[in-house]
Amino acid sequence: MIRSRQVTTIASTVLICSMASAALLIRTVDRARPNATLQEMLYVSSPKLLKRLCLGYDGLLADVYWTRTVQYFGGIHSRGGGTYKLLWPLLNITTKLDPHLIPAYEFGETFLLAKPPQGAGDPQKAIDLVRYGIQNNPGDWHLYYDLAFIYYDQKNYRDAAEAFLRGSQLTDTHPFLKIMAAQMAQHGGDLQTARMMWTATYQTTHDKMIQANAAAHLSAIQVDDDVTALEHLVQEYRDRTGHFPQTFSEMVSAGAIRGIPLDPLRHPYRLESGGRVVVSNPDDLPFLDNGLPSGYIPNPVPKLSPAN
Amino acid sequence: MNSRIFHIATNTFREAVRDRVLYNLIAFAVLMSAAAVLVGQISIQIERLVVINLGLTAVSLFGIVIAIFIGIGLVSKEIDKRTLYTVLSRPVRRWEFIAGKFFGLAGTLVVNTFFMAIGVFAALAYVAHQFVSSDVSILVALYFIVLQFVIITALALFFSSFSTPIFSAIFAFWLFVIGSFAQDLRNFAAMTHSFTRWLATGAAYVVPNFSALNVIGQVAHGESVSSQLILLNTAYAVVYSVAVLSAAVLIFERRNLK
Repeated sequence: MIRSRQVTTIASTVLICSMASAALLIRTVDRARPNATLQEMLYVSSPKLLKRLCLGYDGLLADVYWTRTVQYFGGIHSRGGGTYKLLWPLLNITTKLDPHLIPAYEFGETFLLAKPPQGAGDPQKAIDLVRYGIQNNPGDWHLYYDLAFIYYDQKNYRDAAEAFLRGSQLTDTHPFLKIMAAQMAQHGGDLQTARMMWTATYQTTHDKMIQANAAAHLSAIQVDDDVTALEHLVQEYRDRTGHFPQTFSEMVSAGAIRGIPLDPLRHPYRLESGGRVVVSNPDDLPFLDNGLPSGYIPNPVPKLSPAN
Repeated sequence: MNSRIFHIATNTFREAVRDRVLYNLIAFAVLMSAAAVLVGQISIQIERLVVINLGLTAVSLFGIVIAIFIGIGLVSKEIDKRTLYTVLSRPVRRWEFIAGKFFGLAGTLVVNTFFMAIGVFAALAYVAHQFVSSDVSILVALYFIVLQFVIITALALFFSSFSTPIFSAIFAFWLFVIGSFAQDLRNFAAMTHSFTRWLATGAAYVVPNFSALNVIGQVAHGESVSSQLILLNTAYAVVYSVAVLSAAVLIFERRNLK
């Protein structure tokens, strides 16, 4: 009896120690091979073969591949970006396994469209993905909206207007699409159109990530508007006084503006030499085209504030 | 069902429970809880979809494994333990023995599926916070999974009536795999000519068609299943199982048990 208890104690101790050592060793091995992760490898790249191999349980496999896609994209994105070479094959497999997996089209398109290092920067693949989605889910207006968005991003306003129009003709659609079709056909490149697009995106989704992204773009558009208007006022001040103001306080004292102007996040705008108006916290305002301080290097991973 | 078949079925059920078959429910519960909690954190917008896909796939695979590994031993184990002779020395016909074993294992799988279905709906309630009308289709998918079990049980019993457990397991498992490709087999037959066409078409209709009984992807997306398909699949599963059980009875009736 005592001998049996001894054996149990020794065996338990050896088991625990061995498992702990194995875990520690594999962590060391992982650190020694930082790039040899599973996500850089696709063992089976053919969606057709995978569909056969999963014996009819393709829905679950599609979910696994979609999760893997999100993890792959998120992993590279959080490290500051990269080539995303497996992004398209992973999305292709996911949507071939489950052609009705709408989030894979909606988010996949965003991942593919975003310019490097934030995304793959492959608009043609984004178009192919959403078109495949529409082919398999012709009644879902979100996909027409996404397709129009890609065309809009590519400044292809004619095709964007057509995609909006096709989406607006569905039986169960958002009335906004008809307005967008007309707006896109007439004023494709306006800031007002961009604002309408992002506002619609913000309002038609419940996803916090998409809302945060839309809110960041709306803030960028607001900054664009503010900077244009403020630089116009600075120019007027210069015409009147013969020199550029050093600070906005100087303009306030002169009665040119009523107070220190604030950006959408309530931070004050700054004045640079030559009358350039810039934001004071550019890291908090991603996607800016105007208002970036001189010599500022954008953060490769945009900082998205909560949507609300 | 006559009383002899009923008693054999009840004993088969009890034996399965004694063999701790229902322990798989614990593994299933852990799997569903983990999926419900984790998936939302590592993926985007597919929490509901994963719970339905994973839940129904797990119900199906757990049940098929149980059906095969218990089914293959239903007859051979009784012969090995010599308990079959005790049973057959009483006024029990051989076909009644086969039918009783079949209903016993099918009953075990129905009970097992019932508890796993509760697990699926509990996980779904946790993830989605509310049920929608299209969730009724999940019940249809579960019913089709039970029909799969019925066919697999009949096949395992059929192989068990003349083969060793290991070969019965191999045969039953491969028939399940081939049955999942039944539609492809039919498409292949349509592309061939003359004798090969007859052979491929014959094979496509002889193997069980499991692809028609798999509507997991469909119900996960909230699509309904037509009542016609429910009726046809039910009739198919019943007819196919009866055919396989008849073959099992034919073999077992002629088997020399001495």
